[in-house]
Amino acid sequence: MSFLSYFITGISLGSIYALIALGYTMVYGIAKMLNFAHGDVIMIGGYVAFTAITTLHFPIWISICISILACTLLGVLIEKVAYKPLRKASPLAILITAIGVSYLLQNVALLIFGSAAKSFTSVVPKFSLDLGFSITGETLVTIVVTLILVVALTLFVNHTKSGKAMLAVSEDRGAAQLMGINVNTTISLTFAIGSGLAAVASVLLCSAYPQISPYTGAMPGIKAFTAAVFGGIGSIPGAMIGGVALGIIESLSKAYISSQMADAIVFAVLIIVLLVKPTGLFGKKHNEKV
Amino acid sequence: MKKCMAILMAALMTVLALSGCTATQVDENALVIGGIGPVTGVAAAYGQGVKNGATLAVEEINAAGGVNGLQLAFHFEDDEHDAEKAVNAYNTLKDKGIQLLMGTVTSVPCVAVAAKTAEDNMFQLTPSGSSVECIKNDNAFRICFSDPNQGAASAEYIAEHQLASKVAVIYNSSDVYSQGIYETFAAEAAARNLTITTAEAFTDDSATDFTVQLQKVKESGAELLFLPIYYEAAALILTQADNMDLDVKFFGCDGLDGIIGQLGDNAALADGVMLLTPFAADATDEKSVAFVTAYKEKYNNEIPNQFAADAYDAIYTIKAALEDAQVTDATISMSELCEKLKVSMQNITVAGVTGTMQWDASGEPTKDPKAMYIENGAYKAM
Repeated sequence: MSFLSYFITGISLGSIYALIALGYTMVYGIAKMLNFAHGDVIMIGGYVAFTAITTLHFPIWISICISILACTLLGVLIEKVAYKPLRKASPLAILITAIGVSYLLQNVALLIFGSAAKSFTSVVPKFSLDLGFSITGETLVTIVVTLILVVALTLFVNHTKSGKAMLAVSEDRGAAQLMGINVNTTISLTFAIGSGLAAVASVLLCSAYPQISPYTGAMPGIKAFTAAVFGGIGSIPGAMIGGVALGIIESLSKAYISSQMADAIVFAVLIIVLLVKPTGLFGKKHNEKV
Repeated sequence: MKKCMAILMAALMTVLALSGCTATQVDENALVIGGIGPVTGVAAAYGQGVKNGATLAVEEINAAGGVNGLQLAFHFEDDEHDAEKAVNAYNTLKDKGIQLLMGTVTSVPCVAVAAKTAEDNMFQLTPSGSSVECIKNDNAFRICFSDPNQGAASAEYIAEHQLASKVAVIYNSSDVYSQGIYETFAAEAAARNLTITTAEAFTDDSATDFTVQLQKVKESGAELLFLPIYYEAAALILTQADNMDLDVKFFGCDGLDGIIGQLGDNAALADGVMLLTPFAADATDEKSVAFVTAYKEKYNNEIPNQFAADAYDAIYTIKAALEDAQVTDATISMSELCEKLKVSMQNITVAGVTGTMQWDASGEPTKDPKAMYIENGAYKAM
């Protein structure tokens, strides 16, 4: 029974990674850039929700909507101001810009909210399910929300006009433009969706671990990025599987090997997977055609 | 034209340089004490307490006529519990002309600053820097217990009061404070026939999810969970332990001070948590009552924590040492002052709010630890 409860803990941790990884993978898949500021958009989303719930006393649903709206706007704004002017620049320049945006957001949050961690009130009503092992409400909600979002995103990308436009831009930006697809709008839309996902992730992250500080997004962001690469960056189901797998590995190595070594083991597994399968579990191999 | 510009610039610079000079000499007749600690960040409750406690003591001493006729000035800088920022803060304070240092508050920054004060031969008294290295140089002394002392005293207390025979530990392996206490706790526990059922670690980077560690604690059958960590992580541990109905006693060291505030709406979770701390705000001795009353009056009814008490004692210790050394010259250099105070620290006995203390050349105070438990959001003596 204890194995099962470690396993469930892993899934719960992993579904948060998965939710964050979705944002990374969406943006990478379509805009072909690593948005390292994603973890910090999550942090901002958490602070918006925190302010709405704790300071302004808005109902929880409205607070979540405000947080999603704020993150979506922030994501689009970041894209317009920081990334769009660099669309033709080298990938390295964009990567460094993303890291810059990440630090900018962290320091703005430090200025506004200070660096002390604030205690976050969970948005999930307190209950736990006892099936021989216990599952908390936060875990259940996170798993369900992640599953719903993965299915919805897959449907959206494959079956709607804007989704297909995204696929086209991801396949070949130049050709897509020639076919009359507005590349800039499509990329903006991608950022909007990715950042909206970040807001959802932030509310669930801060509910599961009820604290928020300007560095809240940093480490989960890196872990989720790892998960996205693990699952094959650019692939939506890959992000889900990668995140959950990462969570389970982390939880089991804490339980059965050493709580001190857990992070080292997680990243060692990543290295091994990438050595065997350089594109990640679900990654597509691109053959350069001449 | 260029020449004009050059002359103008030179004049401007001279004015700026001169104004800089006058700004640093605040008061001709005051000894300047510096303070460093985290007033924002993960350990903000400690630094805020120290800043408030020290400010209160300085004001009291000045109102009562100062030390040997000298007034005290106190400058405080934030370090956010970060070694690099603490060294910067120390340099800023030196620019402000401090002659001795009351700080820093937390161990990691304190070790970094201690290296600098040793270099400068500046007298340093830390209210709460508890790791061994904080006072390894002969210019540094402290008010609080050392980590080894806290670890051993915790094991001793648990065994003597028969709180538990099977103990689990969760500690932060990336923090010198936590690791230090854990090691001496483990050694002392073995000597006193306490069984450590499991010792689980986490690092600063993984300080959010403790479910696995807590599950292992639950399975190990421990009766008591020892938490030699800071209050932010401990607040998360209490919340997650509550979610999984973990039924153990919690025991911590001075790092848990501040946990009630951190838990926010869930403050009830802290009920029953025991901690080793030299100061209780509800103590009834004359000194404690006077301190708590004055503190509450000055800071909107806030109840002082152990760190405020440590800092309050630190300033009065400095006063006692200055009196013993018969320092009457406010312009004394920091190095000269340090040599005098080093000797005087070993002559004095200070009866403070955290106990009666004496020092030897090692800089370590002698005093007895006290254990407290939390009930309805307040500390009670055990």
